Amino acid sequence: MTDFAIRVKGLSKSYGQQTVVNDITFDVRRGEVFALLGPNGAGKTTTVEILEGHRKRDKGNVEVLGYDPINAEKQFREQIGIVLQGTGVEPQLKVGETVEMFRGYYPDPFPLEEVLDVVGLTSERNKLVRQLSGGQQRRLDVGVALAGNPQLLFLDEPTTGFDPSARRDAWDMISNLRLMGRTVVLTTHYMDEAEHLADHIALMSKGSILSYGTVAEIIARQSGTVLGFKLEDAKTVLPKNFSDAATIKGNKVTMRTNAPIPLLYNLTSWALDNDQNLDDLRVEKPTLEDVYLDIVRSSTEKDAKL
Amino acid sequence: MSTVRLTIRQIKYENKAFWRNPAAVFFTFIFPLVFLVIFNVLFGSDPLELPEGVTHLSTFYVPGIAALSVVSASYTNVAMRISFSRDQGVLKRIKGSPLPSVSFVIARIVHSTGISMLLVLIVVSAGILVYNVDPPTNTIPALIVTLLVGSAAFSALGFAITVIVPNVDAAPAVVNASILPVLFISDVFIPMQSAPSWLTIFAQIFPVYHFSAALQAGFNPFETGLGFELDHLLVMGIWLLVGIIVTVRFFSWEPRR
Repeated sequence: MTDFAIRVKGLSKSYGQQTVVNDITFDVRRGEVFALLGPNGAGKTTTVEILEGHRKRDKGNVEVLGYDPINAEKQFREQIGIVLQGTGVEPQLKVGETVEMFRGYYPDPFPLEEVLDVVGLTSERNKLVRQLSGGQQRRLDVGVALAGNPQLLFLDEPTTGFDPSARRDAWDMISNLRLMGRTVVLTTHYMDEAEHLADHIALMSKGSILSYGTVAEIIARQSGTVLGFKLEDAKTVLPKNFSDAATIKGNKVTMRTNAPIPLLYNLTSWALDNDQNLDDLRVEKPTLEDVYLDIVRSSTEKDAKL
Repeated sequence: MSTVRLTIRQIKYENKAFWRNPAAVFFTFIFPLVFLVIFNVLFGSDPLELPEGVTHLSTFYVPGIAALSVVSASYTNVAMRISFSRDQGVLKRIKGSPLPSVSFVIARIVHSTGISMLLVLIVVSAGILVYNVDPPTNTIPALIVTLLVGSAAFSALGFAITVIVPNVDAAPAVVNASILPVLFISDVFIPMQSAPSWLTIFAQIFPVYHFSAALQAGFNPFETGLGFELDHLLVMGIWLLVGIIVTVRFFSWEPRR
């Protein structure tokens, strides 16, 4: 058994003239949570659908659990679970019946009660699927994906449309899967989700992977320091040479710099001279959010210039 | 689990889901009975003296209604339900599971065939009990074979037609436009004696004509043999094959947007 659940090399996919996935390469280790993070339209869903065998690729090598997903059938499908956007289950069956139906497709399924418990639908067991709320249907979708006790789970935007507590529950569930040794591939456009759950992240935009690694690695690769503080009427009070380089939201000011020491010196000198407090002054490394916005923005700007 | 066992299991779930929708069930079953009543109002069920002997007029229109029931329960129903399931993402969900595609397709065909048989049983029983239809006797095996081949062919064609149904909104238009004209020229609603011969020949390309004719033969009270209509069965068999081949080759598990 190799250490990798998924190996992707030079994968490309176009629809007509439009290149949706452009020569991407990455590996997913067994037992890790891997996130494809990026804005809508980045090519995340197309990528996972190729990995699941739902789509044909144009170019590149793809190996999932040792199979080429486009030719693999039963044995491959018995080992994976899929939660896609916009799939559904028969609305006229009960929740319990639905999970039971899918359990029967797999050689070694999870017990029914356990599946219902994990997705929090135990008390909805005898309800018809069409009577469930949107969030409950989404959870049933996850339950159906889990029913077969999969080695590898694909979750395409698993928490989109969830309220904050349902989202926490889903996160706990995904963390549990990892503790059970399962491999999870998830796509998301929520940075906190990727940061909270993923061992490795591939940051995707416009069909390309712009950065890959752990959260710390991705941040470390992006140079710069963040300076932040609070200042009333920052827009008028702050001298132009500072405000030009700053992002001001209400009384919150953040500045990105590659030379933090001179900036901090100049800023604090100005504050002393002018009797300003610079409340909550902090000097820190950028968060994943800062890096994400930087990377995505620069890839979009590059495109605009072409 | 073997493919056969998975298929049988799938039929059970199909059946469960079908009966859960009371409105759909009610109208599926009331539809042919409404036709039976209308035909009786229009044509009556009086005794009819023919050179071969005496029968009742109703014996001639019940096979047509039986054909109509099978076409609507198999072709129309399968095409509509598949289009709906596909738009809901149910088919994509199934496609991503280890359930063999063939199990899913055969389960739906077997189920709609079963419903078709039940419909015909109800219509024929009502005809016999209420409208003096002469019950078939020696032709019963031929009738059962005809109904089985017909239901299977129309179910398979119901799958096949979804190839040109892009999404569920287009389904009623495509399905009706493809079946209603064929029903009209196939001796189901109106007798075709007065039709120009080219139209009759044209109608014979399609399976409805042969299905209806084979059923007519099965209900012929003066038939002394077994009543197997091999030429009609052959054409229906060819259409069954066409339905299967088109489905296997071109069927899409996702809607086109």
